[in-house]
Amino acid sequence: MQELEKAIKNHEADNVATLFGEVKAGARVRVLDKKGSAVEMTVKDDIPYGHKIALAPIAKGQEVTKYGEEIGVATAAIAAGEHVHVHNIDSIRGRGDWAKKGEAR
Amino acid sequence: MTFQGYLRKDGKAGARNYVAVIPSVVCSNEVVEAIVQNTVMTQGIIHHQGCCQTPPDLERITDCLVKIGENPNVGASLIVSLGCEGVDTDRLEAALRATGKPVERINIQELGGTSAAIQAGIDAAQRLVLAISGQQRAAVDLSNFTMGIKCGASDTTSGVASNPVIGYVADKVVEAGGTVIFGETTEFIGAEHILQRRAKDERVASEIARIVTEMEDRAKAVGVDMRKGQPTPGNIAGGLSTIEEKSLGAIVKSGTKTIEGVIGYTEAPRGKGLWIKDSPGREIELLSGMAVGGADLILFSTGRGAPQGFPVVPVIKICGNPLTYARMDKDMDVNAGLIVTGEKSIEEVGEEVLAMLLRVASGETTKGESIKYTKSMDFYCLGPVI
Repeated sequence: MQELEKAIKNHEADNVATLFGEVKAGARVRVLDKKGSAVEMTVKDDIPYGHKIALAPIAKGQEVTKYGEEIGVATAAIAAGEHVHVHNIDSIRGRGDWAKKGEAR
Repeated sequence: MTFQGYLRKDGKAGARNYVAVIPSVVCSNEVVEAIVQNTVMTQGIIHHQGCCQTPPDLERITDCLVKIGENPNVGASLIVSLGCEGVDTDRLEAALRATGKPVERINIQELGGTSAAIQAGIDAAQRLVLAISGQQRAAVDLSNFTMGIKCGASDTTSGVASNPVIGYVADKVVEAGGTVIFGETTEFIGAEHILQRRAKDERVASEIARIVTEMEDRAKAVGVDMRKGQPTPGNIAGGLSTIEEKSLGAIVKSGTKTIEGVIGYTEAPRGKGLWIKDSPGREIELLSGMAVGGADLILFSTGRGAPQGFPVVPVIKICGNPLTYARMDKDMDVNAGLIVTGEKSIEEVGEEVLAMLLRVASGETTKGESIKYTKSMDFYCLGPVI
């Protein structure tokens, strides 16, 4: 059997992991944490090399966490195993478009 | 820890011994290129500034050119002036003479035009080459060494492989008494709180907050989401979703040491240890900022494959993505992708890079230098072209 592609969870507080491999929807992957312990999970989308998958459900508006820090907020509800990227998370920094619309942040 | 360097009068030591051929203005670039093509040991400081800019930017360019001439890798300088530029060429020449290194200056308009200036410039460059080519390397302690660090064309491997390797080496250089400069203020956005905790004191912490706010405000003033500008389309294709994610991966390359202070784009560190240079993320302006800060050598981390070098400062390319390394192994010096594949640890690759750093500082050629990928530079200006 072929070895499963690996994803790395950088920090215990993270709700995403970065996949260092390319997989199709429905594939099983091994998610490794810093200490090297692994859990297996099924991905729900095709994921390109170096992209992120959700490790747990993330509600719309909830913070997305990597390296133990906020990297953005979900713009839609994200299920565990889904691809997490620009289509479903937004930065909260450098938002000149918000300033223009007069949104106070 | 020592390397074989060219000891300079100011106590710094160079990893290279070049004649810098310095255009005082963009209009001198053609002459500079012809001089460099016809001589050895020369490097052109090709840039696109120096005239029709606001006075603060003209001051800034003059300061930058002075600092390039003062860089320890420069043994002599030839200033190529058009004659009517905004850069203060008298101040530039006086400052470079004060270093004690040989300096010559030619003026294209006074010499009768381009071809006459090329001839006079080749003669002047030849005199400078002959004046410094006999200088010998000697063992120098790493406390006389300054390293710049940079990440470019990043993807998600940068934050887990190549940037941690640079962080490992940055810590070693600081522990050996050397100086490390890191910049890319844009890539502190979303990670500034972590850098602030490492600041030497409250004042340095507030300086960090100030430069990040200024950079973010400058981006926001355009009235759009800065995504696609930063992170870049290439970053996004590589899996980096937001500036915060890019920043958190980027600051890892600064290691773990205390941040001694924040310096402006035209400044050099005021002491040893780890310093922040307020600078943008784009390669050409950032690499120039490191050279202006007195860097002997630059460690450059990449995931997607950034090939840039610099005229007078060797750049070691550390690639975090094993697929990119396989495709671009003639540009990439180190394969940190072996960390992602689980074949090597950060420490193992870090020790490899540290050993390479000492060899390159002592004269070994990087892959980029060997194919002359050394012209990617310009200076970062704040005001408009007018």
